[in-house]
Amino acid sequence: MNHPAVPALEARSITKIFPGVVANQEVSLHVHAGEILALLGENGAGKSTLMNVLFGLYHPTQGEIWVDGQPVTLKTPRDAIALGIGMVHQHFQLVPVMTVIDNIMLGDESIRYGLLDRRSAEERIRALSRQYGLAVDPHSVVEDLPVGIRQRVEILKALYRNAKILILDEPTAVLTPQEIEGLFAVMETLKRQGKAMIFITHKLKEVLRIADRILVLRSGRVVGEADPQTATQPQLAALMVGREVILTVEKGAAHPGAAVLEVTDLQAKNDLGEPALRGVSLQVRSGEIVGVAGVQGNGQTELVEVITGLRRASGGQVRIGGVDRTHASPGQIIHAGRCSHVPEDRHAYGMVDSYTVADNLILNQYAQPPFARAATIQQAAIAEHAEKLVKKFDVRTPSIETPGGSLSGGNQQKMVVAREFSRPIQLLIAAQPTRGIDVGSIEFIHQQIVAKRDEGVAVLLVSAELDEILALSDRIAVIFQGRILDVVDRAAATREGLGLLMAGVKAEPTQGVR
Amino acid sequence: MGSRFFRGTALLAMFLAVAAVAMTLLVNTTSLGEHPWLRVFFSVSALNFTLRASVPLILGALCGILCERTGIVNIGIEGMMLAGAFAAFVAKTSTNDWPLLASLLFGVGASLAVGGAMGLLHALFSIRYRMDQIISGTVLIILAAGISAYLFDRDAVAEGKFGAIALPGLSQIPVFGEVFFSNPPLTYLALLLVVVVHVALFSSRWGVRTRACGEHPRAADTVGIDVNRFRYVNTMLGGMLAGLAGGFLVLEAVGQFQEGMTAGRGFISLAAMIFGNWMPFGATAAALLFGYTQALQNELLLAGITTVPRQFVSMIPYVVTIVVVSGFVGRVRPPAAEGKVYETESGSE
Repeated sequence: MNHPAVPALEARSITKIFPGVVANQEVSLHVHAGEILALLGENGAGKSTLMNVLFGLYHPTQGEIWVDGQPVTLKTPRDAIALGIGMVHQHFQLVPVMTVIDNIMLGDESIRYGLLDRRSAEERIRALSRQYGLAVDPHSVVEDLPVGIRQRVEILKALYRNAKILILDEPTAVLTPQEIEGLFAVMETLKRQGKAMIFITHKLKEVLRIADRILVLRSGRVVGEADPQTATQPQLAALMVGREVILTVEKGAAHPGAAVLEVTDLQAKNDLGEPALRGVSLQVRSGEIVGVAGVQGNGQTELVEVITGLRRASGGQVRIGGVDRTHASPGQIIHAGRCSHVPEDRHAYGMVDSYTVADNLILNQYAQPPFARAATIQQAAIAEHAEKLVKKFDVRTPSIETPGGSLSGGNQQKMVVAREFSRPIQLLIAAQPTRGIDVGSIEFIHQQIVAKRDEGVAVLLVSAELDEILALSDRIAVIFQGRILDVVDRAAATREGLGLLMAGVKAEPTQGVR
Repeated sequence: MGSRFFRGTALLAMFLAVAAVAMTLLVNTTSLGEHPWLRVFFSVSALNFTLRASVPLILGALCGILCERTGIVNIGIEGMMLAGAFAAFVAKTSTNDWPLLASLLFGVGASLAVGGAMGLLHALFSIRYRMDQIISGTVLIILAAGISAYLFDRDAVAEGKFGAIALPGLSQIPVFGEVFFSNPPLTYLALLLVVVVHVALFSSRWGVRTRACGEHPRAADTVGIDVNRFRYVNTMLGGMLAGLAGGFLVLEAVGQFQEGMTAGRGFISLAAMIFGNWMPFGATAAALLFGYTQALQNELLLAGITTVPRQFVSMIPYVVTIVVVSGFVGRVRPPAAEGKVYETESGSE
């Protein structure tokens, strides 16, 4: 590739120190027009801090930023925007109740006769949409849009400000596989039209797929640079984590026993009152992992919620260990049903952010001995329990008295997993157990899930990541529009076959479960 | 879900408004007007009273909208109003020897200035000192009540108040000319402000930025908007409107000051703001409804046609407020970032 001699954006040995923490140390990077630079690193490696420095949200303690060969000072995002730097934030910076037009022009409004000129803004947005293939209805209200479209709005917002350099902060973290493909297509278009892009992620496959150059960040430093033509996933993972990482899960053959979870013709409605489950039937036997594959929003969330007692079934039956638990309370299911649940949204259902790690580790057992005696909480027993689990599950926390919410995402998840995996159970429901966490933690959690299976626990795994399903499952159920389309043995499953099923296409008739 | 509910409510309100207009015309122009109960509900004097009682509620609700749309909870409207009323009274009584109009305008200026100062105080407490905004609002209420009672000179008398100005032509319209177009100046001003605030909020640069600050301050920050500056300015502007409501009470409605004369109007404004879903026209409709209940109470007592003890009749406005607000809370949607301090460069990412 021939690039102009001068990089569009260059960071020269940026150091950013927060009180007590060195977030970035002497980080240098550069990106040219028409190039995608991937910044790879685990959660907490300092990627987001660096990007916030480049966007003027944080001020570097030391170091220089150069744009088009000129040194610049970025006091506020306004300065960065004026220099053609645009950011697509990981957590979208969009006002949910406003329209696409208002969101895009916010801060850079077109004015006519003293009032907002929405029409000319709309025309510019439509022109940009066409130019970059970012279809979106300018008049829709952002909160009504699916996540993938919101991200387009966020990209359009940067382009509307004539951004030449786009920083994409973990843009794929919230997207479905299809939406990720859509995003990559957009990125290719932007690249062809000469935009410089910095793509931040911790997903190895994506980096190899889309990047022109790869920079790996660990503990706030640049630890390596790689060429996607020659680099391999294990190499990158080792660079990122600082040690060898086993990307494939080691597991032996399953030895399934009796059915533990029996779901028969289950029906339920979603939050909008529309049918989400239309007669799901599924069995999970002890000692096996059944993966539920499917595109987000096909009833997976509702299925898990009904099984764990968080949502009412409108028909059908759930039996756990041979006992009807269809309308049992979550407490009964957890205790009498000996069921553990790793919820897909750990902040809403898995933990209390402001509670200490120790308290989070007994959330579902606080009322039982040895943690409670009569009406009193036994602090000594709780602390002992916490110390043991923190060590066993490698939860990296300053102390067991640290609020759970201040841990990194991966460690929060390990904390939830520690709690759920450390009780005697017969059934484990794991929903998106590794969403948004780093490679090192994923490896660990996968090993723990397999270990539970080998103890004879029945495991129901729900995941949006097909790789995860393929890596862990013994049998794979594909859910589509509230029905199980097919159940296939892992040995017989192919990525292509599952992809078709996930899209609702049932190729050849397979006998067995409907 | 919510929108269908509001569409239903708006249709019902429109139907009731048309029915009320028809009844008003009939009662005031035909022999139906001889019926005492109908006179209580639809006479010109009831409607005039409604408007007069609504003006401070409208201004108070606009104050609430300005503050809350930008993310500052303002429970202290009552205090801002009382402070504005007291300032207007002091300004008026100390300039009794000036020409009447100059003296009254001076009073208006004083109420605006003191209301704005109360707003600034609330913004300082809430933003600079990160005080809980409910506590800060309560402090303002207690502060205004305490200071005005302590400094109040019971012998002082304000001479004169704003009189009605009949708008040429429009005031000749039968019935409605009397109700809408023969009012004192602050009433016109309040109605005008409703339109101004609505247009500004939804169609101006200031408005779209204000709402962004109240809904998602970080989004506003990332496009270069100074969130806290907007919050300071809007809380002060809101304070000025609440001060003006107090000025209206002293300079146009009553003509004098009494201790605690706002009598809960700040809180009813808050209810009107919520009932109106943080929209200027919605809040105005709610304020008119609450004003109407006060008019009903008044007309019922004057007409002397009910044997219900007067204490119960006096409860009507408050009971209606409670019922209406409790029916609506949970269906309306406040600005998302309301009451949350916004900090930049915190490093807490």
